[in-house]
Formats: sequence, C-alpha cells, structure tokens
Amino acid sequence: MQFMLLFSRQGKLRLQKWYVPLSDKERKKISRDLVQTILARKPKMCSFLEWRDLKIVYKRYASLYFCCAVEDQDNELITLEIIHRYVELLDKYFGSVCELDIIFNFEKAYFILDEFLLGGEAQETSKKNVLKAIEQADLLQEVSQTPKIFT
Amino acid sequence: MPAPIRLRELIRTIRTARTQAEEREMIQKECAAIRSSFREEDNTYRCRNVAKLLYMHMLGYPAHFGQLECLKLIASQKFTDKRIGYLGAMLLLDERQDVHLLMTNCIKNDLNHSTQYVQGLALCTLGCMGSSEMCRDLAGEVEKLLKTSNSYLRKKAALCAVHVIRKVPELMEMFLPATKNLLSEKNHGVLHTSVVLLTEMCERSPDMLAHFRKLVPQLVRILKNLIMSGYSPEHDVSGISDPFLQVRILRLLRILGKSDDDSSEAMNDILAQVATNTETSKNVGNAILYETVLTIMDIKSESGLRVLAINILGRFLLNNDKNIRYVALTSLLKTVQTDHNAVQRHRSTIVDCLKDLDVSIKRRAMELSFALVNGNNIRGMMKELLYFLDSCDPEFKADCASGVFLAAEKYGTDSLTSLHVTAVLSCVLAGSYVRDDSVPNLIQLITNSVEMHAYTVQRLYKALLDDISQQPLVQVASWCIGEYGDLLVSGQCEEEEPIQDEVLDVLEGLLVSNLSTPVTRGYALTAIMKLSTRFSSVNRIKKVVSIYGSSIDVELQQRAVEYNALFKKYDHMRANPNPNIAVITIHASNSTEAEMTDFVFQAAVPKTFQLQLLSPSSNVVPALNQGTVTQVIRVLNPQKQQLRMRIKLTYTHKGSPVQDLAEVNNFPPQSWQ
Repeated sequence: MQFMLLFSRQGKLRLQKWYVPLSDKERKKISRDLVQTILARKPKMCSFLEWRDLKIVYKRYASLYFCCAVEDQDNELITLEIIHRYVELLDKYFGSVCELDIIFNFEKAYFILDEFLLGGEAQETSKKNVLKAIEQADLLQEVSQTPKIFT
Repeated sequence: MPAPIRLRELIRTIRTARTQAEEREMIQKECAAIRSSFREEDNTYRCRNVAKLLYMHMLGYPAHFGQLECLKLIASQKFTDKRIGYLGAMLLLDERQDVHLLMTNCIKNDLNHSTQYVQGLALCTLGCMGSSEMCRDLAGEVEKLLKTSNSYLRKKAALCAVHVIRKVPELMEMFLPATKNLLSEKNHGVLHTSVVLLTEMCERSPDMLAHFRKLVPQLVRILKNLIMSGYSPEHDVSGISDPFLQVRILRLLRILGKSDDDSSEAMNDILAQVATNTETSKNVGNAILYETVLTIMDIKSESGLRVLAINILGRFLLNNDKNIRYVALTSLLKTVQTDHNAVQRHRSTIVDCLKDLDVSIKRRAMELSFALVNGNNIRGMMKELLYFLDSCDPEFKADCASGVFLAAEKYGTDSLTSLHVTAVLSCVLAGSYVRDDSVPNLIQLITNSVEMHAYTVQRLYKALLDDISQQPLVQVASWCIGEYGDLLVSGQCEEEEPIQDEVLDVLEGLLVSNLSTPVTRGYALTAIMKLSTRFSSVNRIKKVVSIYGSSIDVELQQRAVEYNALFKKYDHMRANPNPNIAVITIHASNSTEAEMTDFVFQAAVPKTFQLQLLSPSSNVVPALNQGTVTQVIRVLNPQKQQLRMRIKLTYTHKGSPVQDLAEVNNFPPQSWQ
C-alpha cells in the first residue's frame, strides 16, 4: 500500500497515512485531486479505479470514505477486506464508531492503524491481538503521564 | 502563564468557526500560543501542543515549526510523549529533510527499550518512513529483533526488514539467516509478515528465489491447515480462516512456482482444492479465489487447472458484485493471449459487459472484446462493437474506433465487405479519432467494395454537410466524391440526391475553409478535377482549377497547374476519352530530413501495354513533406488486361545514390476495365 486517506463527503481529510516518501506539497496535491475524483463517482460504480499510475481501492462507510492506493500486484479484493478490518477495529475500540470519534480522537485512529498495518502491509491478522495491544499501550500511557496533562 | 488549551477543546472550538477566515484566525492565534510555549521549552505541555499542531496540520495549515519538537518528544522518557512524538515524526517529517536523521539515535535506543510497546513504536516509524541512511544504520538492530521469540516484536521486525530491503537492496543478504525458521511460527501475525518478507526477497533476487523454493511444501502445508482447520474465532472472516494469510501464501507460491515445473507440481493439488472449496458468497472468498486464479495462470499448471481458473473468472463475470466483474475482466485480459480458446467460451458474457454502467468495466470489456475478435466471430462481434462505438462515451470513441478499424482490416473478408465498409465508415464518422495515416487504407478498403460505392459516397457526403472539421473524414469523403461523384448525383441513393452544383459548392467550400489542412485541400482540388469527367459543369471546374494555379500553397498550385494543362492539352480526349488509356498521376513526397535530388521515376509494363511518361514537375523532392514531384503517366491497354507496373525510383539522398524497385499490382479495377 502506498497511502491511505480517510475523508468526509465534503472532502475534509480525517486521516492520512503515507507509506511512500513525498513532500508535504506533493501529498496535498495528491489528496486534493484524488478526493475530488472519488467524490465525483456515482454510488453504483465499482470500488476500484486507475488514477494516474496508481490502483485505487475505496469504500464508503456512512459519512467517511476510506481510500487506499495499492501496488500493481496487490489484490484489490483483499484490500477491501483490509479496509473493512480497520473499520471493525475502530468500531470495537470506540464502540459503534462514527465520524466524530475519528475527528476528536484522530491520534487514536492513527495508533490503531499503526498496530494493524506497518509499512503498508498487515502486521497482525487477528482482531483480538490488535485491540489487546492498543489496550495495553493505552494503559501504559495512563500510567506514565501525570494526570490530565495530555488531553 | 495559563496552561495551553486541551486538544479536544481546540478541536471543538475550531469546528464552531463559520467561515474559512474565522477558522484561519483561530488557528493563527493558537499557533502563536504554541510557538511561544515551544520557545519556553515547556516539557509538561509539549505533548499537548504537538498534538494540537498535528490536528491543524491535517486541516491543511503549516506545522513545520513543530518538527524539532517531535524529536524532543521522541527523546522523552514518557510513553505518552513518545507516542505523539513518533506520530508527529511520521506526519510532519519525510526523508527529504535532514532533520529526520536526528531521529536515528533515538530510534536506536528505543529499539532496545525494555518496554515492547516502545520498541514497537520505533519499529513502526522506521518501517514506515526510514530513509536509506537510517536503514543502513539500524538494519542490525532490526535483524536482531527478527530473531526474537517475542512474536509481537518479531512480526513488526519482519515488515521493518521489508522496508529496509526496499530502501537498501544490498542489505537483503544480512536478513537471510533470520528467515530460517520463520515459517515454523504458530503466530499468524509472524507468519503473515514472514511471508511478506520472503515474497519481497524472492521478487528482488533470483538467487533468493532459488534458495526459497524448498519452502514450497511447508507453505502448501500451512495453507492446507488453514483450509481444513475448524472454526478459529480469532482469525475467522465469514467462515474463512485468516484470508489475509491465505492470499499472501498464494502470492508467494505464485512467485516460487513460476517457470519451475517441480514447484508447480507440488502446489497443484492445493490450488485445485482452494479453487473448488472456497465459499464464494462473500467478497472474502472471492478475494482468495482471485489470488488462486492469478497463481494458477502464472505457474506451470496443467491444462485442467488452467481451464478451472478461467471458468472461475467466467463465473465472476456473472456475479452481481461489480467489483468481482472488474477483477474478472482484468484477469481475463491478462490471459487472453495465452489461453485464447478458453477465454473465447466466455465471449458473450464479456460482450454483455459493454453495456455495464461502470466506466472501468466498460473499458476492460472493450479491450477484451477486441482481443477476442477472430475470423470466426467477426460478424457478430463487429455488430456489437459498432453498436458500442455508436453509443459510447466520448472518452472511448478514439480507442474503439481504432479497434474496430484494426479488426475490420485483419479479419474482414470479401464476403463480409459490406460489414467491413460499415465498420470503416463508423470509424471515420466517429471523427478525428481515426489516425491520419489510415486515410489511404480506408480509401483502399472502400475501393475494393464495389457494391458499396453508392452507399458510401452518400453517407460521407451527408457527413460533410454536417461537419468539415475532422480532417481524415474530410479527406476520405473528398476522395470518394471525386471518384464516385457520378453515383452521388445519379439517383442511385435512397435519399434525395444533391445536384452537381451543390456538390461542387461543398468541395469548393473545403478549399477555402480555415479548418482544412493543406493535405485536405489537395484532396478537395483533385476531387473537383476528377468530377470534370463525371459532371457536366466542366466550365465551373475549369475556373476553379485555374484560380488555384496561382495559389500560395505550392502543392495546390502545382496540382492546379497540371490539371489546367490537362484541360488545355488533353481536352480533346474529354469528349471521347479513349477507354483504353489510363491516365495516372504520381505524387512523390519525402518525409525525411534531407531532400532527394536527381529524382527519376521509371516504369515498365507488360508487353501488351504501352507506356508514356510525361515530364515530371521537378527532379528534387523537398524534405519534410514540404512539396511533391508530380508526373503523369499514360498507359495504353487495348486488351484490357489487369494493369501491372514495375517501378524504379532513383535519387540522391544525403550524398549517396539510392535505388528503389517495386511492383505495383493494386491499381483499382476501373483503371483498366
């Protein structure tokens, strides 16, 4: 996977994870253009498209679009499963996740993603193990900080 | 100094902004506060401030002044600080900036930290954005962790190693020992990432590939266990056990089995098993089937297995889920050359996909359809493709027209001529989507389909009335009008036929239009000239031709002058043109960069013919198509035999003499019948 973007129906970015080295300017341009392209697609169209020289896989969950750019050899159908797994993880962690959870707790969304994917590939295929790791890390965070400093 | 506001508070506040300007103001105010806080080197609130900065960065505001602060957070002992620090580094830094190298030491320390979650942060960051220098410095640490018994760290180290290898391929060797027993792991996370690592190594190095081939039996065993094992709640997805791992194993098997008979044979059974037993009601099952099909097609599988794979794709084509149809078409396109007959069986389904609403599916269906056209199915396929060409979106017309034309050229036969010409016409009428160099081919095609001449010239004439901007169309139309103008006005057409003056109006219109290129003008003038033997309004034509005798366009001028000469010198032939004499005008042009000098055209004809070569316009052919040499040949053919000619061109090009011999056999029948 080269990158993953989460954005709202108004085109506002909620999460951007880049696995390839690109400058801030380049990232902004790609995000902007790709988001426009996907928002312009009709609901009945398929989840895959070729864009520039990338393979794009995207799926909409309620008000959020989950969009990944994958390599040529990557299996598009399993990428849909990867996206779905990430949504499930968020859902379990936040308890019936909605866009607001991701907005107000964006750093947690990143932490969860980083326990699921590393360098663009899945590092853990067990839902339970990912959530366990996040739980432990959260505990560690609570223990290490002076109360109420972080949030 | 009051404590900086909390992150969630800031988010809440910013979201209340009603305009972009209001938001910008809030952001600026907060950034100023954060900046002064950074300046004061406030350790307590650094974490909170950087988190806020990251939020504002996501909204699109600059946050570069926080980069160094991220490094300070990473260096902190508090886990909270490290968590945000590493996140900030991954978001704000990229390897192009020197600043990121300062992370290297911190990462090194954290890779050896006593807490695995800290080690995890370091591995994650390195594996996500480590530059080549960082990878070089830290590869040793990663390699150490690849050998640990802690599966939490081992799986991360494996993917980190993948990143290191991508950045610094020479380091691949050093990870080889650690891969020794990776596949004996029970932990799925480690298994999955190990397979990814092995895949990366095999893709990059033929030696590694050869080395790892011995793993095929083990991989087959693991896959078999996944399929046969009972329900495992931890890894289950819709009744399938760890589909992610299954897909990655199938992909690795593909690489190992390619071009290797033994490996391919060893995996044959498991592939057949997966292909037949996988549940297809959900996307996850189809994802595995898809990967299986790709593997079967790529390795040296036996034909039964290949047919099985193509049939799976055929079933995919009928699936309601358009994503499945999409991957099916993509895969079929890849295999259509090697397994042509098997794919042919699904032709009608593929053609149905031309009517799909999704643009990507339509495009693939179109490409695949063209790949499937052959001598047997040309008639049916052409009908479908012409219908598609007629009704498809503009973005497809170009490629579709090209494809239709090529198919007609390749497989059209005499018995299919009318179909052929219709195809051709459709292409031309689709507009400038036809390449310029197809014009002579199109003309040849039209010439050969004698019974279609009337229909063709009528359709093309009508098209000209609508639009004269598409040059290939205009050129072909002009030529046809010149050649078959008599049919156009003769009442052979179904619709109301134009009168001669109207036709001449149209052609003259082309001559003066700004839209016409010089080549098009040439076609138009020649067509007008040809009509002088078909129409009765000779005087009008004579006038037009003489006007262009002083045209600025040299090409046009030359033609006009010669045609004028025909009017003057050969007018006596006009009344009773000797049907045994064919008058042929040759136009020689030179597209190379250097001119051709001493250009001489010679021709020889069979014994029963007589040849007269009139003097050429010049014996220098200018470079880069900047002009032509014309020469008139008269051939007397009293026995009305098929006209054949041997021609010889001699000229000097770039200082060297050149000789070119050729035989010309494809004179149109009208020239000698």
